[in-house]
Amino acid sequence: MEIKKTAIAGTLESSDIQLMISQADSGITIDLQSDVKKVFGDQIEAVITTTLKAMGVTAAKVKAVDKGALDCVIKARTIAAVQRAAETTDTPAWEVL
Amino acid sequence: MKSKVNRELPDELMNQLNYKPFETTEIGHPEIQRVAPKVHVSTGDDKVVDSIKQVVVDTVKDGMTISFHHHFRNGDFVFNQVMRVIIDAGIKNLTLAPSSLTGVMNDMVIEAIKAGTITNITSSGMRGSLGDFVSHGGLKNPVIFRSHGNRARAIEHGDIKIDVAFLGVPSADRLGNANGMEGNAVFGSLGYALMDAQYADQVVLLTDNIVDYPNTPASIKQTQVDYVVKVDKVGDPDKIGSGATRFTKDPKELKIASMVNDVITHSPYFKDGFSFQTGSGGAALAVTRYLRQSMIDNQIKASFALGGITKPTTDLLNEGLVKKVMDVQDFDKGAADSMHTNGNQQEIDASWYADPDNKGAMVDQLDVVILSALEIDTKFNVNVMTGSDGVIRGAIGGHQDAATGKLTIISAPLVRGRIATVVPDVTTVVTPGDSVDVLVTEFGIAINPKRTDLIAVLSNIPGLPVYKIEDLQKMAEKRVGTPKPLEFTDRTVALIEYRDGTVIDTVKEVKD
Repeated sequence: MEIKKTAIAGTLESSDIQLMISQADSGITIDLQSDVKKVFGDQIEAVITTTLKAMGVTAAKVKAVDKGALDCVIKARTIAAVQRAAETTDTPAWEVL
Repeated sequence: MKSKVNRELPDELMNQLNYKPFETTEIGHPEIQRVAPKVHVSTGDDKVVDSIKQVVVDTVKDGMTISFHHHFRNGDFVFNQVMRVIIDAGIKNLTLAPSSLTGVMNDMVIEAIKAGTITNITSSGMRGSLGDFVSHGGLKNPVIFRSHGNRARAIEHGDIKIDVAFLGVPSADRLGNANGMEGNAVFGSLGYALMDAQYADQVVLLTDNIVDYPNTPASIKQTQVDYVVKVDKVGDPDKIGSGATRFTKDPKELKIASMVNDVITHSPYFKDGFSFQTGSGGAALAVTRYLRQSMIDNQIKASFALGGITKPTTDLLNEGLVKKVMDVQDFDKGAADSMHTNGNQQEIDASWYADPDNKGAMVDQLDVVILSALEIDTKFNVNVMTGSDGVIRGAIGGHQDAATGKLTIISAPLVRGRIATVVPDVTTVVTPGDSVDVLVTEFGIAINPKRTDLIAVLSNIPGLPVYKIEDLQKMAEKRVGTPKPLEFTDRTVALIEYRDGTVIDTVKEVKD
């Protein structure tokens, strides 16, 4: 899936995560801000990366501001951000959900 | 060497500072020799001075120990004024020994450390930028954290020998008779400062309100005071405490509070004449409300409430549900005002409150106590000092002291955001599991297996599920995942004393 524009999903409320996904030439880079980065940073990045790959995204720049979100929330916000960035919100890829 | 809670303590540092590792919560019956302060004899007619600078020049020398109290909390104007003068005077190698450090003091402490003015600190706790600074190795010598009761003990023993105490008060007369109840920036009880007034070699009062002699009621007495300094303002009354205490509407906190109340009312301690201490957090305040109704329904009155006092507690006093309030500090204006007007609200010093090496402290008489936790582990050890990133961000306060109560309840949510509260091992042991009896979370309670008596009476209460603490820990981990272990260097940045003056754990420099 191709990232066509910059898109955001999520809020800065506690237990949520805000993700901004934008275009990149190649590869996935994640800039993560989180109060729990020391203990859950790797896990958060792994959830984002796995979700992106499952949706067929191979090139994207991700800026994530985490407020203590659980994995299920991170996954949901990533999916929403990708669909917005790929302009596929009208035709969601249900099978990857 | 190791403390009894299985924490490795650095041998070299322990020997160098002549410390013993924590062994037991039992204090026993040792004979203690207390110390006495120097007295600079005076008739008292020339105590009033206008300039902080003059007093600092006359009293503070390199290498001394100076102290402050934290009753003004984040409304404190005294600490920064005095420390500014001390730094500018070029004084070095001081030990800072306040009752605690509040956020408004942080920047000044950091500046004083960088300037070499402060080289040692002992405190109840620290937060924010200062905690961060110390946890990143900003202070060469380890900070020594002591509970309020232990600070009183250490002062009486001479472990903390205060050369000069700078004590801000909202009202004093020209000889130093002072209280915390009258004036502009009032905070009520002077409980922690009374230790400094009694044991410091030189006592400097700072006030914006010099009243007619003699000032009564006198919490600090003229017999203890060397100087009275007139300053423009000692504090900001709006920042001393929360204004009107608001009851939480957070359903999780209310559920925890209701379950805490169930634990209390089903325990053998809930009978006429019982005593209790609650904290100032949202759930603790809500407990007071539930407890009030249970006391009315069961026609039970409490003999006393203890500790840091809030308005919900003084309301119980006014209603006659609590006979006495024993008050070492007031968390809000309502409680501070009540101390002024209600004769049954007794100001107590930190020694009377909680010093273990005593002829009986109030905490020794305490039935029920409700305390909070940043973390609690499967051994019931509690951390109230370091956060989820391993950085210092808390205070012992009276935690270790009050936990010696007959029924010690830790009220805490199972998880906070993505951070588990119930963990396999706490980052820093502050209060040993031996003095903790029941953990209450929103999902259910866990009872310390050593308290078979409590397991028998609390196990079949409708709406109060009882778990093994290991099961609560697993529930938490299932929700948030398994965190990566925190990384620390070998350098010790702080020692955590138990209330008897032994070392229970250390805080290491964080690696990042």
